[in-house]
Amino acid sequence: MRIRAAVIVALLAFVLFGIPQLFSLYYVDTMTEVAVYSIVALGLGVLVGRVGLVSLGQVAVLAIGAWSAARLLFATTQPYPVVLIEAGLITMVAGVVIGLPALRLRGLYLALITLMLAGAITIVLDTINFPNGGRGFLGYNGSAITPPAIRLPSIAASDKAYFQYSVVVAIVMFLLVFAHIRTRPGRAWAAIRQSEPAALATGINVTLYKLWALALASFITGVAGGLLAGASHYLYSIDFPAQNSIILLGVVLMGGVYSMWGAVVAALLYQFLPALLQNWGVSADWLTILFGLGVLQVLTTAPAGLADQVPKDLARLGRLLRRRLARAPAPAGGDPP
Amino acid sequence: MIEVAGLTVRFGGVTSLDDMSLTFEQGTCGLIGPNGAGKTTFLNVLSGFIRPASGTVRAFGVDLMSMAHYRRARWGLRRTFQTEQAIEELSVFDNVALVHEHSGLGRAARRQAVLEAIGFVGLDTGPDAKVGTLGAGQRRLVEVARAVVGRPRLVLLDEPAAGLPDEETRHLSEVLRSIPEHTGALVILVDHDMSLVSACCRTTAVLDFGKLIASGPTAAVLRDDDVIRAYLGVA
Repeated sequence: MRIRAAVIVALLAFVLFGIPQLFSLYYVDTMTEVAVYSIVALGLGVLVGRVGLVSLGQVAVLAIGAWSAARLLFATTQPYPVVLIEAGLITMVAGVVIGLPALRLRGLYLALITLMLAGAITIVLDTINFPNGGRGFLGYNGSAITPPAIRLPSIAASDKAYFQYSVVVAIVMFLLVFAHIRTRPGRAWAAIRQSEPAALATGINVTLYKLWALALASFITGVAGGLLAGASHYLYSIDFPAQNSIILLGVVLMGGVYSMWGAVVAALLYQFLPALLQNWGVSADWLTILFGLGVLQVLTTAPAGLADQVPKDLARLGRLLRRRLARAPAPAGGDPP
Repeated sequence: MIEVAGLTVRFGGVTSLDDMSLTFEQGTCGLIGPNGAGKTTFLNVLSGFIRPASGTVRAFGVDLMSMAHYRRARWGLRRTFQTEQAIEELSVFDNVALVHEHSGLGRAARRQAVLEAIGFVGLDTGPDAKVGTLGAGQRRLVEVARAVVGRPRLVLLDEPAAGLPDEETRHLSEVLRSIPEHTGALVILVDHDMSLVSACCRTTAVLDFGKLIASGPTAAVLRDDDVIRAYLGVA
C-alpha cells in the first residue's frame, strides 16, 4: 500500500513539475487537454462503470460547462475556482435534466436518447454560439473581428502554469469521485449496477442514487468544461460534435471503465495519441479504425480495459522471464568459491 | 402476521395471481406449487416490484402496498432471490451491511449486527472476502445473512436451496429453520425441495395457476389430494 502511494506521489510530481520542464509547449498544451478529458472520462466512468448507465451525451455536457464558464469569465471578475464551481453546478442541473431518461431506460435505448439530446444541444450551441465578450445573456458578438480571449487564472496565466493548474483541479475531481466510490454511494451504485431488484431489496433508493451519479458526473464534467474554456482561449461549437461522445465512450471502454486509472488512459488515447500522430505527420483519422479494433479487443478479451490488463500482462511477462532465467544453465566452471 | 386479501396480478391476458386470500402466521410458512404457479410473483408483490391489479396486503397491521419499495427493506422486509444476487464487487461485510446502512444505527452497532448475521449463517470465509471469489453455496449464505441482519420483520426466501449440493442444502436447512427463533421474523419460504419445506415450515400454502388450492399444517397439505394431483404427482 505504501509502495503504491509512493508511486502515485512520484508520478504526480513528475506530471506537475517534469512535464512542463521536459516537454515542448505543443505537448504541454496537449497534456492540459489530457487533464481536462481525464475528468470527462472519469464522469463517464462513474455512469457506465459504476452505475451501468450508458450515456452518449457527455461531450454535450462538457460543452454546457465550457459555455457557462466562458460566459461567467467574460461577465464577471470572480476568481477562477469560483467560476469552475459555478460552471460545475450549472452543468450539474443541465446534466441531470439530460439524464432524466436514465431513471426509466437502460442500455441501448438510454444511449440513443442521450445521443439525440446531445445532438439537440449541439444544434442550440450552433445557433447561439459561444460567448466571445459580447453583451446580453448570450454574450456573443457576431461582428467582432478579433474577439478577446477567455481569461486565465491570475496564478496560472502562462500555458505551463495553466497545465499545472488543470492537473491540480483534475486531482481534486478524482479525489471527489474516489470519496464517493469508497463510501455509501459507491456501494449503492455497485448494487444498482449488478441488480436493481437486489438494490431495492436492500433498501437502496435507486432513483436517488442514479440521480446522484448523474449529478456527480455532470458536475465534474462541467468543471472540466470550465478548464477547457481557459485552455482553448476561444470556443466554437464545431469543437463539440455530438459524435465525439461515441468516440469518448469507446476510449473509456478501452482505458477501463471500472477503474479511475482507466480515465487517465482514456484521456491519453483521446487527446495525446492524435497529437502525437499529428506531430509525426500521420492523419489522426486512422485512430477511428484503431479505436474500433481497441474496443473490439476490450469487449472480447479484457472487459476491465487497458488499466487492468496491462499491469496483469506485465506481471505475467515478469514471471515468464524469471522462470526462463531460473532455467538458464549455470556458466561453465560452476559458482565462484 | 401477513393478511393477504383478494390479491390479483395480471400480465396482459395472463392472470398470475387470481384473487388470492391467505393469512401467514408467525414462524416459517412454506409456499409451494408447480413452475409458473405465481409463487415468485407473490414475493415480488410483497417486495413492491409488481403492482397488483387488485387486493391488499397488510403486514403486522401496516398496508404494505402503500409503502415505496425501497422503504420496505428499511421497514424490515428482506428477501433472497431465485437467482442468487449477492453483489460480486463488494466484500461479504459490505454486502450484508448494505441493508443496514439506512437503519439509523451507529457505526459500532451496525458492525456488530453485520458480524452477528455473518456468524449466524455460519459463513466460513472472513467478512473481508470479495463475494465474486466465493462459491455458490457461500454466496447463498451471504444473501441469507443480508436477509436476517438486524431485526427483520418479514423474510422472503425464493428457492434458497436451488442448485446447491446435498451437504450445503443440509447446512442451509439448519440455518433457515433457526431464522424465526433468531430474529423473531415471519419467514415465507418458496422452494421445490419438499424435504426442506417439511423440515422448515409449520404451515404451507399451495398455488396452482395463480389460485390457492390448499393451505394449513405442512404435513396435512402434503397429503392433500388436490396438492398431490396438481404438484406432487401420484406415487
